Amino acid sequence: MRAADALMEALKAEGVEVVFGLPGGANLPTYDAIYDGGIRHILVRHEAGGGHAAEGYAKATGRVGVALGTSGPGATNLVTPICDAMLDSVPTVFLTGQVRTELIGTDGFQECDTGGITMPIVKHSFMVQDPREIPQAVHEAFYLARSGRPGPVLVDIPQDLSRADIEYEPATSVSLPGYQPTTEGNQKQIRLAAKALANSRRPVIYGGGGIVNAGAAAEFTEFCLADRFPVTLTVMGLGAFPAPHEQWLGMLGMHGTRAANYAMDEADLICAIGARFDDRITGKLSEFAPRAKFIHIDVDPAEISKNVPAHIPIVGDAKNIVPRLLAEYRALEPDRARLDDWWERIQHWQRQHPLRYDDSADSEIKPQYMVQALYEATGGDAIVSSDVGQHQMWTAQYFHFSRPRRWINSGGLGTMGFGLPAAMGAQVGCPDQLVCCMAGDGSVQMNMQELATCAQEGIPIKVFIMNNGYLGMVRQWQELFWDRRYSQVHMGSYPDFVKLADAYGATGMRFEDKKTLVEDMRQAIDTEGPVLVDVRVTQEENTYPMIPAGQAARDMVG
Amino acid sequence: MGEPGTKELLSLEDLEAAGGLRTGRKHVLSILVENKPGVLTRIAGLFARRGFNIDTLAVGPTDDEAVSRVTLTVDGAKHPIDQVTKQLHKLVNVLKIRDLEPEDSVARELALFKIACDSGSRGEVLQLTEIFRGKVVDAGRRSVVVEITGADDKIESFEQLVRPFGLIEMVRTGEIAISRGRGET
Repeated sequence: MRAADALMEALKAEGVEVVFGLPGGANLPTYDAIYDGGIRHILVRHEAGGGHAAEGYAKATGRVGVALGTSGPGATNLVTPICDAMLDSVPTVFLTGQVRTELIGTDGFQECDTGGITMPIVKHSFMVQDPREIPQAVHEAFYLARSGRPGPVLVDIPQDLSRADIEYEPATSVSLPGYQPTTEGNQKQIRLAAKALANSRRPVIYGGGGIVNAGAAAEFTEFCLADRFPVTLTVMGLGAFPAPHEQWLGMLGMHGTRAANYAMDEADLICAIGARFDDRITGKLSEFAPRAKFIHIDVDPAEISKNVPAHIPIVGDAKNIVPRLLAEYRALEPDRARLDDWWERIQHWQRQHPLRYDDSADSEIKPQYMVQALYEATGGDAIVSSDVGQHQMWTAQYFHFSRPRRWINSGGLGTMGFGLPAAMGAQVGCPDQLVCCMAGDGSVQMNMQELATCAQEGIPIKVFIMNNGYLGMVRQWQELFWDRRYSQVHMGSYPDFVKLADAYGATGMRFEDKKTLVEDMRQAIDTEGPVLVDVRVTQEENTYPMIPAGQAARDMVG
Repeated sequence: MGEPGTKELLSLEDLEAAGGLRTGRKHVLSILVENKPGVLTRIAGLFARRGFNIDTLAVGPTDDEAVSRVTLTVDGAKHPIDQVTKQLHKLVNVLKIRDLEPEDSVARELALFKIACDSGSRGEVLQLTEIFRGKVVDAGRRSVVVEITGADDKIESFEQLVRPFGLIEMVRTGEIAISRGRGET
């Protein structure tokens, strides 16, 4: 069998139904195999769009997303999605073509050292040197991508090798002696954690994207509700606990709620589950949660004590650990009343500092209101992707995510242009659900071309552009920290998104009136096929509250 | 699950944070890796990316041809050594890492010294070489090349002593190490 056909068989054996990609010289054999290989292929307009679509697919479905590109520029265009998938632990496999073996190292046409370029940003990579390795490399790539702490795996295949004839046998097992992720938590540590929780007076449960990745949102919620634990989540974890809820403090971190950040600041015990104490969470590390002891549950041992030293580290899968922690905790029969004073303090913050903004008195659409309007128009029942910037933070603040895998954003790398192709991938993975993208007018233009893909393939995503004419988050920082010297952030009203949508074969709409916004949004959602909506919002609105970079939770402004 | 219903609660004050600590001493890490292309790049790249400095590095085959051994030394005063080893463990081709304690292991390094000498000073250089149980591996009218094997402090002492004669150049392999006793490293 031709190695490229064996590649298709291996992909199908891994349960792959759809891949996102763009052909070129070095992956022509693969594309010849795709022609009648039995796997749906979505022809993207730029490899980065394909890479983010694979991420969106993976985040929405929990399955491994697959993206293809050719050698050289095809591969370098995939670098951003690969790095994005690395930072957000997204299970993805990237299949890149490579020049013929004899040309490697000669600076041949469309040659680049894809393996070398991507080495620091992949979970692992395979640079295939023998055609017989291809099926096994694919199986190992999928196993690595989805197990332990998920992440991107690259398989780089020289063109001549995928044309070679090989014996194909379905692989039955993988052999990775150096890769043995710990999934089961240590019982003694779990018991220690339960005791510490039972003994704490001011606990906070701080959850992250690891809960979503582990498929442990239900277990996590049950654990949080076993007592009156205050719960906060990172931007990656939203949906792991059903918001709104009386125990829900809101998101924490740079643009989190005051209640969540103040609770972290005064907590005596913080139980981190599937979260990694990113600088957007901790702010100034030396002043982060100064009174707290830390339980840290994570599947990646290298995350434990990386930024914040853990008092009770537990390495393993949240789905394995959290139910056992719950059982140990219940057995202790802790006194629920011990948290009364703590809740009184938290509720004081919640009353004093709710999320708020000054709504307009006229027809002007405030960006925060736009998010609330989308929540209302969808009834909260939608997968929502976003780009990166102010609109992302407002969506995280004001759209209440009550289920996991409903909120799809680029948290770690902060990739502008992520939202539209990610929504496309999510829609392909979840054809029966409503998929919306909350986009920025700056971000959306970075992968706008995928609207053509959506039109051609009939992928009916609804893209709502929060159009303020600025690179809003940068403008906000220039306003607050750089004396209002607005350097290169004004984008004006270009392009005309409605005309552009029309040119791409999608439906374009423009909304400018707050009073009819919810109804207008419903109409956009009910329109068939892909829709691009230009929503004109207040130009110079700031995202608050905010912990200025490098400062402590106590220093929140706005 | 054991001990259900225990009422003995743990005091938060009793907990001591573990990890993230700098040991303040040199660590010799003995790492077994799969003998596959790019493994060394992955290790070197990891150190560069995480801001760790490699002090010395030696790579060679083992008794198993599918496996190579990397011995590297890291300054535990500059980096939390548990972070270094945990990050190394995440590399799929890394099979085993052992942080060799100085008292439980034997470490050796080989160095070649090219020393300027003439008929007047040659005798003294040869005498020093003998004291250090070194070997002269090349000799000319105006220089000698001396081979010294030992722990790094021995090599450094020899370097200090021959420097006044005119040390033309020095080449060191970096330390390799093996555990003491019957067990495998």
